[in-house]
Order: sequence, then C-alpha cells, then structure tokens
Amino acid sequence: MSGTTPDWVLWEEVLRNGAHWSGIVRRGTTLRLLALEKGANLSVTFFNSEQPLERYNMADTLKAQHTAFLRKGHVCYSDMGRIFCSITEDTVGWHDTICGVSNAAAVRARFGESSFQQQRNKYFKNGEDSLLTELGKHGLGARDLACTVNFFSKVVVDDAGSLQFVGGNLLENDYVDLRFEMHTLIAVSSVQHPLDPAPAYQPRATQLIAWRSGPAPRNDLCRNLCEENQRGFYNTEVLYR
Amino acid sequence: MSITESKLDASQAILNTVVPAGEPWIGTVKAGQRFRIVDLEGNQAVDTLFYNAADSEERYSANDTIRIQGNIYLTTGSKLLSNRGNTLLTIVADTCGRHDTLGGACSAESNTVRYALDKRDMHSCRDSFLMALAHNQYGLSKRDLSSNINFFMNVPVTPEGELRFADGVSAAGRYVEMYAEMDVLVLISNCPQLNNPCNAYNPTPVRLLVWN
Repeated sequence: MSGTTPDWVLWEEVLRNGAHWSGIVRRGTTLRLLALEKGANLSVTFFNSEQPLERYNMADTLKAQHTAFLRKGHVCYSDMGRIFCSITEDTVGWHDTICGVSNAAAVRARFGESSFQQQRNKYFKNGEDSLLTELGKHGLGARDLACTVNFFSKVVVDDAGSLQFVGGNLLENDYVDLRFEMHTLIAVSSVQHPLDPAPAYQPRATQLIAWRSGPAPRNDLCRNLCEENQRGFYNTEVLYR
Repeated sequence: MSITESKLDASQAILNTVVPAGEPWIGTVKAGQRFRIVDLEGNQAVDTLFYNAADSEERYSANDTIRIQGNIYLTTGSKLLSNRGNTLLTIVADTCGRHDTLGGACSAESNTVRYALDKRDMHSCRDSFLMALAHNQYGLSKRDLSSNINFFMNVPVTPEGELRFADGVSAAGRYVEMYAEMDVLVLISNCPQLNNPCNAYNPTPVRLLVWN
C-alpha cells in the first residue's frame, strides 16, 4: 500500500498490462473499480466463497431487473436467488453483461503472436485464460467459468438484435462501487473488451480499492430498485442470520 | 424475421418422441445428424444446453455465441458455439424466426425473486436439469449448468437496454432444426413455468426428432 493511501482503505491493488486478479471480498465491504486510464475494461465473475457451486448468473441478473446492462441501482445475482453485490455508485452508466471475454485464438487472430519470451510481462493476455488461471488458484476450473460482467464497457443491441460496441463510454477516473452483500470470491481480468475495435493490444490500467461500508440499509437504492431486489436481499440476508 | 422450412420427412426419423411439459430429456445427437424440436401447441419454452459428447467440459456458451455472431437472437444460419469457440450445431431450418439466448432457465430460487417468496415449491427448469443429471451416467452436475438457449422464447432487448419478456412469436407446429457439427449431448427442460404470461400460463408438450 502506498504512503498516500487513506486510513479507511482496507487494501488496494493496481492492475497493469492486462493483469488478472482474484480474492475474497466479504459481506459489508465495498470495492471500487477505478479506471486509471480511459478505455479500460474489467471482466469480473463472482462465486459464493463458502460454496463456490453458487456463482454469478447472467440470466437471473437480467431477468430480475428487466435490463440487458448494469448501472447504479442494479445488483448482481447468484444462481440461488441471492445477491453478490450492489452497484451503489457509478460514474459510467453502462456495464456490458452479454459479450463474455476474449480467448487465446481470438487475441492471436486480432493482434498477432505474442510471448513472454519476447515481450516479458507485456505479452498478450486473453480474458478466458486469465480467468481460468485465477479460478485455478481456488480449485475451480473451466466447468465453473460461466458468464462475466464487463465493467466499464458499453455494447448496445439494435432492433434486429445486432451488437454494437460504443466507444468513449469510459473516461479517466471513472469508477463503479460494488457493495458486497455476500462473502464472495471474485475473479478479474483487465484485458480489453473482446469487441473493443482499438487496433492494438493495449489494456488500460485499473485499480481496486476496498473499504468497510456495512451491509445495505433499509432505505437502500439497490434494495428498493424493484420488488424483485427486495426479495433478493431477503434471500441473501437469511443466509447470514 | 425469416422463415426456413426443412424438407425432412418425420416418417424417416430415427428418433420421434414427445417430451411433456415439466419433463427433462437427455440424449446424444451424432455428428452429421439433424435434430428438430417442434413446438406442438405454441409459445412453449424449451430450455436447452449442449455439450461435446466426448468431453463435456466443452459446452454451449451463450456469451461466445452472442459475441461471435454479433447478435443476441438465434435463427437459421446461427452457429451454436462452445466455450472453446467451436461450433456444436448449426441451425438449418426455423419456422419460428427467433430464439432467446439471454433469459436462462427458471429455478425455485429465481422464482422467489421474480414472482414471490412463496413460489419456491413450484416446479422449475433447473430442478428438471438437476434431476436429469442425477439419473444419468454422464458425470455432469450443477457445475455444468451454464446459461441455456430458450427455443421459441421471445426476449427482445431495446436499444436503451431494456429486457422484455414479450408475447411469443411461435405457434403450434413451428419448429427449429439443427445440424450437429460434432457428437453432442443434449439436455432439455421442457419449461414448467406457470407464472409467466408469455406462454399463456400453460406449459405444453414438444416433439423431438433426429434424422441420420
């Protein structure tokens, strides 16, 4: 931790060169995902750290909140009707939920060959291998890797269902705050969004900052976004009684 | 939405079976075979997962399928891609016109969130999936249940990002037919959802056919 870190920060981590990361974030902790440069992307997936068979569920997240993307007020649901985390602050306004992550073949086809031998820690990483590496540290593997949220990235869908990546969605120092409602294992890849049309492999730096925030109050925006979320919070709170 | 019919004759099919509402079905379709699902009474959701039959760690991936075809809907020509980027099956005929990739499967737990806490005891697709896996020898478990296709379901997304469960675009007798690009294991839950107006609160049977 740097000497300038405020004393309310539990820990912080800077992700450079497309780094991947995983760790446990406990209920009542808020994690800020901060873009140190514009154009960053953080692909994130969530597991119940006490029972990793319970994991982030894209469809349940979208259906409960009648949305195809995430922004302030939304929450991320598990496949067990519970809430991993809530978006309590958000300067971005649109986070992609449907596009998943890049893989080795796609990165090679797009940006060419790359190796550690040649490029040291600037070698080209891809989202799938990055997340599999982090999952492996917790005894999880390909069978456990389902959907991700691509924080900071915007992809819209037109009336015919076609996807369009929207550039300029994220500025330097933009952030999103995730307040964790469960003890959660998160795995993160900071490589570019797979539909980012940038011509070069150039993942942007991001920072994770954690602090103790306490769980959601009764009048919480995310809890009261919709009746579905009120029930999701009930299901979650029952687990910790 | 475009409609593509198939010329295959049901009397020549090597499998022709009806799956009642609320029942799972699990089986193998071999490379080169054609697999058809018929919506017998209309607007029935057929929650479906596919696996590489030789290595079930390779499975249908909603995110990869959506991203690589650049579209959230499935219809004729859509390739159903795996988590390794390989094509499991290709849709070769479709008289419905649009199938859903985002809505996933209902579960006891998600029903408590979506409808009411006292809906937990109602039958659900994920319970059907788990029961099918519990009674079979494929070595699959909850870990292998990822985001599924809902054949015949209409789940449009607006340009503003709103997700809707719209009235169905299917009707009695409409079907979707796929060509298997590799040996695939098929896991179906014929959806028992009684809380959603998109099937008129009336789950109905479907027919499965396979041709060599």
